[in-house]
Amino acid sequence: MQKLLVLGAGTAGTMIVNRLRRRLDKAEWSITVVDADDVHPYQPGYLFLPFHILSPQQITRSRHASLPDGVDFVIGDVDRVDPPSSTVTLVGGRTLPYDYLVIASGTTPRPDQTPGMLGEEWRRSIFEFYTFEGAKALSTALQTFDHGRLVVHITDMPIKCPVAPLEFTFLADAWLRERGLRDRVEMVYVTPLPGAFTKPIASEALGSMLAERKIAVETDFMVERIDEEKKALVSYDEREVPFDLLVTIPLNMGADFVARSGLGDELNYVPVDKHTQQSRTYPNIFALGDASDIPTSKAGSVAHFSVEVFADNFLELIAGKPMTGSFDGHANCFIETGNRKGLLIDFNYDTEPLRGKFPLPVVGPMDLLKETRANHLGKVSFRWIYWNILLRGRPMPITTHMSMVGKTTNTPTK
Amino acid sequence: MSVTTLNGHEIHVNEEGFLTDPTEWDEALGTALATQIGITLTDEHWNAIRFLRKDFQETGETPTLRRVSTVGGIPIKTLFVLFPQKPAKKMAYVAGLPKPVGCV
Repeated sequence: MQKLLVLGAGTAGTMIVNRLRRRLDKAEWSITVVDADDVHPYQPGYLFLPFHILSPQQITRSRHASLPDGVDFVIGDVDRVDPPSSTVTLVGGRTLPYDYLVIASGTTPRPDQTPGMLGEEWRRSIFEFYTFEGAKALSTALQTFDHGRLVVHITDMPIKCPVAPLEFTFLADAWLRERGLRDRVEMVYVTPLPGAFTKPIASEALGSMLAERKIAVETDFMVERIDEEKKALVSYDEREVPFDLLVTIPLNMGADFVARSGLGDELNYVPVDKHTQQSRTYPNIFALGDASDIPTSKAGSVAHFSVEVFADNFLELIAGKPMTGSFDGHANCFIETGNRKGLLIDFNYDTEPLRGKFPLPVVGPMDLLKETRANHLGKVSFRWIYWNILLRGRPMPITTHMSMVGKTTNTPTK
Repeated sequence: MSVTTLNGHEIHVNEEGFLTDPTEWDEALGTALATQIGITLTDEHWNAIRFLRKDFQETGETPTLRRVSTVGGIPIKTLFVLFPQKPAKKMAYVAGLPKPVGCV
């Protein structure tokens, strides 16, 4: 009996076991998946909790409900992976042997990594929305916030769902306007990058969105610490951004067991081949989803497209053939912009987000890089697709590899 | 993308003047690129630039400031002193590597 062991039953891990259980002979292959708990969150829903667009009950299910029959689900914390003996040890001592290992343990916000973040002001005036508890706490804080400086801040790249801070900013702006409070609130967007938008065509198409909403942008800001007394972000080059309400995206890091096992880079991400997701050190270890170091967005769409490539490759690999599939870094993300409108972007390793129609060339119905009602509806309906189609590994009407058909590559003229 | 000549080197650059082919770079060109942005390279600058070049060769990506600090051993604070205001962008420019970007 050959053993496939998957660490993490989130978006990537759940899709992997659903796809491979159907295609691996049950008499020859056992599949085991490990996670710390039995709660599967619909993570895109965290963005909507603070604005009461979704309720807490609408965004979680049990993990096992999305796992197929014939997969062993083990609840436990991973202590370490020992590649030489091909075993994983859980906290408490249980050992799980594997022939092939998939690390799909994601990325986690780490407020403990910035001095002053996880102190007295945490969840008083400093919030995040990348966890269920954090998004709920922010929801409560926004109820009573009626004036002052609202600062949205990214600690460092890469982060999960890199457009979410912008979406939060747009939704907060619309939410404050609806409540007649926008004039009493100063909004600032703080980024470590050279701008809120850094890709030429997206910058051209979207660059004015923050200025139009009177949101100031502080660029190239690398936070060193938070001054709790002054309630200010302080950068390495000693700039200060004061806040009354800070919504930060803490440093994102991969799982600590990855570091303990000697398998991670400086942020605990597993270095892999960016086209096959195979570990650069151990050929029987793969990392999928947010856990790897591939240079594209940490996003569910990337997990989805890369899992499709991985599943086909895996069957070739165990048949002793070379892996012929090559992941292109394809990502596809909705961006909520407030007032029930949204944007859609589609890109990969080599091609920046362009204008065009999606998913069908010319027909759409969704527009790329343009604010529309249809894109918002796409985002809203995606929750059903996530639970019922995506996680189950059922076919989606979207190509795995990014398509150039129907896209325009010329720089737009205003 | 266009072709330009800097200090006797013929190089391919993008609209912002970043090299589009990292193999066209050598240390003499690094010195010339640094002069373009008003930086005179000291040994400390070179430590950072050489780390960027080596790391890019190994990973295929321009390292982040955090990586230059934790893996390359040069504190972020120092990088802001060596390459004021925009160290990530300026280091990439001098090292002839792609500048750090987000997804949009």
